[in-house]
Amino acid sequence: MREFLLSVGFDRWILPALLAIPLLGAGLIIATSRRSPEGEDEVASGAAAGPRRLAAWIFALELVLSAGLWWAFDPGITGWQQTFDLNWIPAWGIRFTLGLDGIAMMMVLLTTFIMLLACVGSFTSVRRRTSSYYALLLVLTTGMLGVFMALDLFLFYVMWEAMLIPMYFIIGIWGGERRIYATLKFFIYTMIGSMLMLAGIVYLGIAAQNPATGVPNFSYDAVMATARIAPHAAYWLFGAFFLAFAVKVPMFPFHTWLPDAHVEAPTAGSVILAAIMLKLGTFGFLRLAVPLFPGAALDPTVRKIILVLAVIGIVYGALVSLVQPDFKKLVAYSSVSHLGFVMLGIFALTVQSVQGALMVMINHGISTGALFLLIGMIYERRHTRLIESYGGLARVMPLFSAILVIVTFSAIGVPGTNGFIGEFLVLLGSFRTFPIYSVVAATSVIFAAAYLLWAIQRILFNPLDKPENEHVPDLNRRELLLMAPLLAGIIWLGVYPAPVLRRMQPAAEQFVRTVESRAAMAATYAADANAASAAGGR
Amino acid sequence: MPLYNLANPTQLMQALLPDLLLAGGAMALLLWAVWRRESPKHQRHVGALSMLLCVATLVAVVMMMFNRTFATDGPIAVDTFRWMADIIILIGTLGALALGIDDNDRAGTVTAETHVLILLAASGMMLLAAARDLMIVFLGIELMSVASYALAGLNRRSERSAEGALKYFLLGAFSTAFLLYGIALVYGATGTTGLAEIRMRVLDYNLSQSPLLLIGIAMMLVGFGFKVSTVPFHMWAPDVYDGSPNPVTAFMAATVKTAAFVAFLRIWLEAFGGEYTSWHRAVAGLAVLTMIVGNAIGLQQRNLKRLLAYSSIAHAGFILVAIAVGTAQGASAMLFYLLAYTLATFGAFSVIVVLSRGDAPVTTDDISGLWSVRPWLAISMTVFMLSLMGFPVFGGAGFLAKWFILKAALQSPVPQTMLAVVLVLTTVISAGYYLYVIMVMFMRPRREGAPVVADTPQLTRYVMLITAVAIVALGLAPNLAIRYAQVGYPRLEAPRAAAPSPTPQRAALAR
Repeated sequence: MREFLLSVGFDRWILPALLAIPLLGAGLIIATSRRSPEGEDEVASGAAAGPRRLAAWIFALELVLSAGLWWAFDPGITGWQQTFDLNWIPAWGIRFTLGLDGIAMMMVLLTTFIMLLACVGSFTSVRRRTSSYYALLLVLTTGMLGVFMALDLFLFYVMWEAMLIPMYFIIGIWGGERRIYATLKFFIYTMIGSMLMLAGIVYLGIAAQNPATGVPNFSYDAVMATARIAPHAAYWLFGAFFLAFAVKVPMFPFHTWLPDAHVEAPTAGSVILAAIMLKLGTFGFLRLAVPLFPGAALDPTVRKIILVLAVIGIVYGALVSLVQPDFKKLVAYSSVSHLGFVMLGIFALTVQSVQGALMVMINHGISTGALFLLIGMIYERRHTRLIESYGGLARVMPLFSAILVIVTFSAIGVPGTNGFIGEFLVLLGSFRTFPIYSVVAATSVIFAAAYLLWAIQRILFNPLDKPENEHVPDLNRRELLLMAPLLAGIIWLGVYPAPVLRRMQPAAEQFVRTVESRAAMAATYAADANAASAAGGR
Repeated sequence: MPLYNLANPTQLMQALLPDLLLAGGAMALLLWAVWRRESPKHQRHVGALSMLLCVATLVAVVMMMFNRTFATDGPIAVDTFRWMADIIILIGTLGALALGIDDNDRAGTVTAETHVLILLAASGMMLLAAARDLMIVFLGIELMSVASYALAGLNRRSERSAEGALKYFLLGAFSTAFLLYGIALVYGATGTTGLAEIRMRVLDYNLSQSPLLLIGIAMMLVGFGFKVSTVPFHMWAPDVYDGSPNPVTAFMAATVKTAAFVAFLRIWLEAFGGEYTSWHRAVAGLAVLTMIVGNAIGLQQRNLKRLLAYSSIAHAGFILVAIAVGTAQGASAMLFYLLAYTLATFGAFSVIVVLSRGDAPVTTDDISGLWSVRPWLAISMTVFMLSLMGFPVFGGAGFLAKWFILKAALQSPVPQTMLAVVLVLTTVISAGYYLYVIMVMFMRPRREGAPVVADTPQLTRYVMLITAVAIVALGLAPNLAIRYAQVGYPRLEAPRAAAPSPTPQRAALAR
């Protein structure tokens, strides 16, 4: 397979192609769409058929193409693969550089996988202005993939911001009742974080400038290799990057946008937010914030603060989920808890914990994505998300109930499902360096079981006492097809995660090694600077 | 590569060729405009001829730029900075004329002189861009301002317009007095009005701490502060912008500001470069104040023109950062920023031209649900709003402009980190109102009984299309614009944090 892919030059064109196809597809959808009267139900009138079929085919093409990466990617090589490089704005030292490491490769696969499902999942739930909706989904895909692929800080920032606009519209136009409030909050929160990162990126590029010509250099490798950052500046810069990513993750005190955005977004929007966009934050920590400023990130005080916040997030998210009357909000808060595990894994900084963090990123994408899709399905049938308005669904919707139970097990982390592997690795890895945090975090596994099992008990198994629940149709063929790959992923990653782990292991090791060696470097640099200033003071 | 000897009147005329072309053409057009009877058709013809004249001037400017002309020291500058500024000014003038023709048509205005007034203002601006002598600066400012006072009062029947025009005139005259007094003091301190001369004499006679000179600079700062509407000298802007006809507002918000900023920067770097440490704090303080206040008050505006007025005040703050940086790169960044800002402003006002009905202000209520009735109008407005906000990709050029200023601020010999941080944080504040406009257009339903949006007039449509495409294209492929912006900076000795010590020869001469 690999030979075949290389023989068609797959390595050279795959990344730009993955970015370009959705954009072209979006253009095609807009070009072929027709104007329909305001408020028309396009699913009923048949106007939605064209755009959604086209979009689904484009997403399928993306998935098929990106699947080639699974084979084309060589886990034995450290360094970037499938690179693509174009001189973009030479006067400012900005290049259009793309490339993947093991982490980014898995995230790209997760993105194309989830996007196809999100697209198919909105076939009947999005009924107005469908062509614009699918076009925005496609543009959003380009933005998200771009963040994972970018090897130039400027490009990273551009992609990071670019994905905000489609999401802003998706939540704001097709969302629930409080959609405008939610989408503005989402946008402004994210932007506050990322604007400071912009200043930080400019600073870094200038720090890596060519001393002869004064042209800055924003290439990731160049910044890593040449930017000499004074220790006190490193703290501020880390702060800027930390804020950008912590809002996105979201870490504990910065999470308040998340329940609003997740609950108000249309189903596909929630799926994308939870499964992919939150991972962009943790990906940012892995790719930029920690490796660039290890001196600041591993400073005992800073690290302790972040770990405490992560653990607070884990426990707080779980506790708040416990009391949510709204099922969607419950799942939204559970994301805060799960992403706390990722942060714990990253900052515990052992190979195992980082690998665990990566696994949680993927697993959370699959299981929370699946949960949001399932919530969307019953919402379409009953138009309520309140747990108390359900009960005894197991009797009328056996298929739905079976799937919901499996997905719930995966979200709890029952052994044999994917959720178990990631959280187990994180706890195992972090126990070696930070046993206390690890123990506190472990308690939330119990909470997770409590809030999810209690919720599905009330939804599926309590007596069927509400007449409107008696004639809810079970899942149809499209919905079953939609859930099948997610279930397969849950079982596969739970039973045999080795292929995924093998592909990410070099990257995780590389991450830990880079951070540790650069931290040592930063320490000696700081000592030098101190010595120099002491000498100067004398 | 011709070299003009500016002491020779013929060669001075040649160096002023584009300016003379525009001014002379404007005079001839004025005659033609009043010759015929007023009629809608005549108004269109004069407008079309004015646009033609602008294009001819633009061609002359571009030719001068590509001939790489040089000149000896003299009252006017012959450098890329001037040509780039001229191009931005002429683009704005073309936009104002195009929108003006359509707007006059719709409002039933038949006075053809409106176009000529815009041309006269533009020739004043080109003079400002060229000036290397404080007297020429004053000449340019007056020519530009007097024409703008008349333009602001064009809506004779509207009370708001009259109020705005009067305010503009009184405050404008007041600020010009400040400027003139400042010029007089600077002349008193140095005995010259030539920019290069001033700098030389300050060095030679060690005047950098002379109170007369410093007070003069402060006075001039106030004068320019009024012209570019920085806080706290901004009070006139919202009323004037609100009361003027839409094309004139766009012209004042973008092009008048461009010209004033170009002269501002040139004077401050060429003449007062040596006093950088003295004025830096004042300019930086103005910038911070303007960015914060402009953006914060913008949040409360529901009238689109007032919203854009506060946005333009906020942008003055962003551009002031480029001056506070005080380097050649700051000057280049300012040119790029002004280009992006001009495009976005004219784009936004072209949408307002379509939406406005009579004298009533266009509010956010009028645009609610615009997407469902006029999708492309809403989408173009989104591009303009995002560009003003400085958002990447969708706001193309606006983002790169902000990036350029950030880069200039952080790359200067004395990194302006504080200004950079204020700039990015106030950008977040500005998102509050730019996004509000987008939100209203896309996410609110169309109001019951909302008036039908009129068809887009032909020229307005071109303005909208060209600016939107240019913004996005510049955002993706900015190399050419950057290249020209980077060679475009006024003649300056390397800027420095501390006052330079006089060179040996100069010191000897002074003795």
